[in-house]
Amino acid sequence: MSKTRVLIAGLMVSALCANAQTPAPKPDRALEVMKSSFKDRGQAKLDRLNQDKAMEVCTKYATTPVPKALAKQIEAENMKAIPFPADGKYLGDWRAGERIAQSGVGMQFTDNPANPSGGNCYACHKLSPQELSYGTIGTSLYQFGKIRGYSPEIAKYAFGKIYNAQAYTACSNMPRFGHNKILTEAQIKDLVALLMDPESPVNK
Amino acid sequence: MRSERILTCITATTAALVLLGMSALAQAQSSSGAPAKPAPKAAPAKAAPVKAEATRSSNATVREIEKYREALADGNPADLWEARGEDLWKQKRGPKMASLEQCDLGLGPGKVKGAYAQLPRYFEDTDKVEDLESRLVTCMVMLQGFTYDQAKRAPFGSPDNKPAMEALVAYVTANSRGVKMNVGMKHPKEKEAYEIGKRLFFHRGGPHDFSCATCHAQDDIRIRLQDLPNLTKKEPAQRAYTAWPAYRVSQGELRSFQWRLFDCFRQQRFPELEFTSQGSVALTMFLAHNANGGTYNAPSIKR
Repeated sequence: MSKTRVLIAGLMVSALCANAQTPAPKPDRALEVMKSSFKDRGQAKLDRLNQDKAMEVCTKYATTPVPKALAKQIEAENMKAIPFPADGKYLGDWRAGERIAQSGVGMQFTDNPANPSGGNCYACHKLSPQELSYGTIGTSLYQFGKIRGYSPEIAKYAFGKIYNAQAYTACSNMPRFGHNKILTEAQIKDLVALLMDPESPVNK
Repeated sequence: MRSERILTCITATTAALVLLGMSALAQAQSSSGAPAKPAPKAAPAKAAPVKAEATRSSNATVREIEKYREALADGNPADLWEARGEDLWKQKRGPKMASLEQCDLGLGPGKVKGAYAQLPRYFEDTDKVEDLESRLVTCMVMLQGFTYDQAKRAPFGSPDNKPAMEALVAYVTANSRGVKMNVGMKHPKEKEAYEIGKRLFFHRGGPHDFSCATCHAQDDIRIRLQDLPNLTKKEPAQRAYTAWPAYRVSQGELRSFQWRLFDCFRQQRFPELEFTSQGSVALTMFLAHNANGGTYNAPSIKR
């Protein structure tokens, strides 16, 4: 046996030993365990554990900042995927928007998939001042239009942000309501109206 | 007879407290108008006072909810689950007609006192890390001769299902009341479980891109009016973990920690977390270890 072969064999053994001693599992091991720990139920199938590129990155950098270049890439890719309304109109009916903002129904395995989903905006945001039961995970959206102005640019921004929050802030906690087909385009327009209609309680 | 009387008494007290709490909430809300109704028009000049009024009412609501929670803590129906769990622990059951009195929860056969405060942990006989529920399944199989399917069947209570599991959980956990959480990580499999649990905690997925961390990795945030503990930080993790299991007034059931995880994932829009699955135990390991040093104080009572 040549010296080189002995050396290679030795390296392989030490590599194996090192591997056996490392307590932290590889990410795939954790994924494997995770996938074996859930089961399909109703509309919530196992494929919901799969991640697109953005969520893979956001999970990897959950406790450290996402590198700037990577964040820009996620934002650009998600921005490209937003189909802004062909008619250029962003505002629907703010009254319908208020109902959508209140409703947390939808997409859970206990929900009937035939019914439309809500946006559950109040879970995280302050909107109409009459609703005291609002969450603080997101920023306050009270007087959204009044503060920013009722311009088409802001309306377009509101539509895009609700449609796909990752296009504006990589790894934002906010769901991608349009991109992931939680809400329809018409529902998102109603929410834009809740934020942008001067008559909406949000702007009073 | 006696337990029936206690049940009636506690049920009546709870109902009264729920009514009290609801009227307090209704009062707090009605002072500022119905929440879902569209706003009456307000002149711009009045914007500031309106805002101050809203903040004041919001604080009043939070105060009333706190009062309601305090009132609840007085008579906890979880006692009934504990008593039933103690009976079930000592009862000869299953194909082998054996009790669970020789069940080893980590401190030796039959030692219940303080056992929950050191779970999950690695068990040699199964070569696995087990939390309380999975360990109870193991004991029901090994000592009493149940099949795994029987031991795990329908583990969460409902009006027509009162599983032994939740009663046993109440009994065992109550025996750690006042004990400091002390979950070890010496065994490589315990360490592995912690790391897998941590990875699971941060995994974003589903239609809403949610992970556990979406709600539970920041300080001082709320979902609607509900405070959300930062489970990555010692103090809030201790406060949250040591308060489970809990009797949920709104559901009339005692809820185990496995249920807590199951229902969080449902709301996360994930598929169903399987009862006592390896992932569920790993996540429990991560959360329990983060709570080390906290004084265990459950079963508690929650809205």
